[in-house]
Amino acid sequence: MTLAVFFGCTFIAFGPALGLFLFTIAHDPLRIIILIAGAFFWLVSLLLSSLIWFIAVKASNPQDEPLQKGLLIFGVMFSVLLQEAFRFLYYKLLRKAIEGLVALSEDGCSPISIQQMAYVAGVGFGLMSGAFSMINLLADALGPGIVGIHGDSQLYFLTSAFMTMVLIFLHTFWGILFFHGCEHRRWWEIMAVVVMHLAVSGSTFCNPLYVGSLVPSYLLMAAAAAWAYLLSGGSAQNLWRFLLCLRSGASPQPRS
Amino acid sequence: MSEESEESVPLLPLQQESMASALFNTDQNDNSERRRHDNSERRRNDNPESETNGQPQNNIQQVVEQDEEEDEELTLKYGAKHVIMLFVPVTLCMVVVVATIKSVSFYTRKDGQLIYTPFTEETETVGQRALNSILNAAIMISVIIVMTILLVVLYKYRCYKVIHGWLIISSLLLLFFFSFIYLGEVFKTYNVAMDYITVALMIWNFGVVGMICIHWKGPLRLQQAYLIMISALMALVFIKYLPEWTAWLILAVISVYDLVAVLCPKGPLRMLVETAQERNETLFPALIYSSTMIWLVNMAEEDPEAQRKASKNSTYDKQAPANQTQNEDAEADDGGFSQEWQQQRDNRIGPIESTPESRAAVQALPSNSQTSEDPEERGVKLGLGDFIFYSVLVGKASATASGDWNTTLACFVAILIGLCLTLLLLAIFKKALPALPISITFGLVFYFATDNLVQPFMDQLAFHQFYI
Repeated sequence: MTLAVFFGCTFIAFGPALGLFLFTIAHDPLRIIILIAGAFFWLVSLLLSSLIWFIAVKASNPQDEPLQKGLLIFGVMFSVLLQEAFRFLYYKLLRKAIEGLVALSEDGCSPISIQQMAYVAGVGFGLMSGAFSMINLLADALGPGIVGIHGDSQLYFLTSAFMTMVLIFLHTFWGILFFHGCEHRRWWEIMAVVVMHLAVSGSTFCNPLYVGSLVPSYLLMAAAAAWAYLLSGGSAQNLWRFLLCLRSGASPQPRS
Repeated sequence: MSEESEESVPLLPLQQESMASALFNTDQNDNSERRRHDNSERRRNDNPESETNGQPQNNIQQVVEQDEEEDEELTLKYGAKHVIMLFVPVTLCMVVVVATIKSVSFYTRKDGQLIYTPFTEETETVGQRALNSILNAAIMISVIIVMTILLVVLYKYRCYKVIHGWLIISSLLLLFFFSFIYLGEVFKTYNVAMDYITVALMIWNFGVVGMICIHWKGPLRLQQAYLIMISALMALVFIKYLPEWTAWLILAVISVYDLVAVLCPKGPLRMLVETAQERNETLFPALIYSSTMIWLVNMAEEDPEAQRKASKNSTYDKQAPANQTQNEDAEADDGGFSQEWQQQRDNRIGPIESTPESRAAVQALPSNSQTSEDPEERGVKLGLGDFIFYSVLVGKASATASGDWNTTLACFVAILIGLCLTLLLLAIFKKALPALPISITFGLVFYFATDNLVQPFMDQLAFHQFYI
């Protein structure tokens, strides 16, 4: 507990996202608006799924432990599906927004592309998801207490922070993949995103066996990262040139 | 897209509060007018023949299609940047309020209620509590309505000195007394030993610099910081002295009242604005948070043609050059209202007080509606009342919600999205729109939904360490 745990977990969970925000989003007002709107859409999806879960719980016997756990699992799955549905709705909204921006612009092209919007939307979803998972834990971490004194895992805060970080990254990549699938009408990409999300959430069901949840999630994140990178126009050659800081005299390294 | 909503910060005790609340409603309307005004003016940049103040609808038909598109594009681009210019101060104000609520227990401790909410909520039955809170909200809103009407009457009969003096007293109270209390409570919370002499020095400096920055001249950032601080102080007072159900009811009713007062033809705010238009005066330029100083730019852009435009335009123009005074005056209770009256007096009977030369010079110049050639340089303005009520909502959410930080975060995002939507609607309809209703509605919906529905769900998830 205390400040060390608080700051440590905060920066593990939100550090990369903060970096992404500061370096790629904070300078452009349009992107900030898209980010906050993405957070809002995620929030609405959470609201609806909690409503469904709440109704289900109220209609059932509160004493029945396995039933309650089953309802919770159902709630999680339903929430994942609803989140992806709202990602699709957000895609539709952003498409309309791009059409509007194009119509109003002087030179006929939008100040922001759908790929950039996909990235920012993903970060928005991820940040809100991470914040809702993590903030109450962080507030508790500031106060007194001993983690796991009743026999639970002592790594609760740490693993929560790592899980939050991986979820933020995953949402970012899923945003890119999902929007790309919607743009090019590749339904299998969209299905892959949904299946990945279900898999990651499903893997958390074996918590506190953290090996079962963190390892697959990070592997999936690496896969999603590579896929999103390739879809965004990256290639192994680009990566190699970036790492070696080469400038070939052609265009510099692509920056979003 | 320049949104100006001028609202006076409701002053605490006695009539000042109702008067202040009244001013805030009036300002809302004026803001909308000014927003409309802005759009009209922008269109005029492209099409000088078209706009008159206050009737952009007629002009819309006259505007050339291309101009309108260009305008809309300018508006949209203008809008994104200025939405952010509003997001930042609103966020800062909320952060200050939430940080104070979380650390200083004084503002969550129940120490009585305002005289405007005389009915207690510590009752035996739920029905009685509901009734009491409805009565409290009704009393508060009637006080606000009465004060708005009183303000309209005062304005109509040109009792400017009364309003001016009252605003000065209110700002003095806010900057000295409330900040003294706040400082005292912070010291108590952190157990800091402090002597009266040091405190007196600190409060004196804080207050005097605040009065100077807000009513006269000062660095822009400092003035903005002072406005945010006094909005936060006011919001904290409301959070402390309004009981729970009453607070939520008042928020809801104020949004409805705002909507009605700005959009209905017979609303007091609308009447106030129309009177201001007839007299070719600006309304309450000071109770606004302004993001830029466009003083010098305006001096350079005088368009005689604008003088022939409807009075509101020129009113707005005079206001734009008077942004300086606006900034100076932008203080909770005083609000450029006093400055504006000063300007009016200066216009009619010559400078009585020591007004800045530039102000008098600008007044003498032909008024135009062109506030700025470069829309990027035009600042955004938001009324202090908006700041206060947004912060009250988020502060109450952080003080009393069982969901705690989740609820606070949800309300925060909801309010920001509401603000964004309001500005978007403004860009689309180019009509006067109040800033409160959408944000407060979203905030209330998300507060109750998150607190009652999402919190149990997230609790269970955290307990099992499931992730969605």
